[in-house]
Amino acid sequence: MSSNATTAEGEVPQFYELVPHHHAPHGSTQIGFWIYLMSDCLIFASLFAIYGVLGGNYAAGPSPEHLFNLPLVAVSTAALLLSSITYGFAMLDMDEGKKTGTLVWLVITGLLGAVFLGLTLYEFYHMIHEGAVPQRSAFLSAFFVLVGTHALHVTFGILWLVTLLVQIGMKGLIPANKIRVQCLSMFWHFLDVIWIGVFTVVYLMGMLR
Amino acid sequence: MSASTSHDTLAHGTHAHPNPDAHGDGHDHGTRRTYLIGFALSVILTAIPFWLVMADVISDTMIATIVIMGFGVVQIFVHMVYFLHMNTKSEGGWTMMAAIFTIIVIVIALSGSLWVMFHLNTNMMPGHIMNPADLI
Repeated sequence: MSSNATTAEGEVPQFYELVPHHHAPHGSTQIGFWIYLMSDCLIFASLFAIYGVLGGNYAAGPSPEHLFNLPLVAVSTAALLLSSITYGFAMLDMDEGKKTGTLVWLVITGLLGAVFLGLTLYEFYHMIHEGAVPQRSAFLSAFFVLVGTHALHVTFGILWLVTLLVQIGMKGLIPANKIRVQCLSMFWHFLDVIWIGVFTVVYLMGMLR
Repeated sequence: MSASTSHDTLAHGTHAHPNPDAHGDGHDHGTRRTYLIGFALSVILTAIPFWLVMADVISDTMIATIVIMGFGVVQIFVHMVYFLHMNTKSEGGWTMMAAIFTIIVIVIALSGSLWVMFHLNTNMMPGHIMNPADLI
């Protein structure tokens, strides 16, 4: 009875006033996206583990030094690295509210991503043409899965970027679009981090084996 | 009673969020200068390992591998700090916590896989012959 009385005095509504912190409309989007990126990181970690275990099993097939073209890898690495800084410039222009500058830098970023993707596809085509297909050896299976998953991520990154260009073009730099640009920024730089692992472990260490 | 509770609410609110405007925008976006520093560092940290391998500078494969991996790890940290703007404060430290957790899981998965898979033959029974040619 007495507990009912205290509840009736308004303690419960007071409790509900305590809990809600003031959140911006997209307040938790970034941390949520970060958690997604970390889980994506674990996918790549398992693929790296597979490559680390199977990377030496050539099954009398072609080995990295016969297949890899380091100058080509250097060019695609440069393209991805440049796209990171151009995305950074897009972020800076967005913070200053410059819509055209943001769009221009995003377009340049997308083009550099397309160059990277084109070079990866060229490499895949070249390898498959030489008979170095995924089913040839465990090394090639692991290679195609690891590098292919990264290339798939870049593909979706470019698709997302094109979508974002349309959205910014239509609605301008509204808060919703800003949060999208920030999330894609994290995604894009994250792909660059994964690529550092790929070119170090697959290509450079592959040539040393 | 009611007055003291509302005072608590106020105190709690100001304590948890001293600057409500900063909340939800916990990321530090960096400046043109930090982006350029990060870019310069990553160019250097990419060019050196490529040069080491392409020019065949270090003849010892083991040392070359360790050096290249070292450059890779340093460059990953450069990217996380200068491009992903990781620090201990963003989102109340939760991005850093998630990242540390992920790194721990990655280290366990990678080192565990490599350790187990390259020691499959350890402690096998002596009579257990792995090479089929020895059975004849």
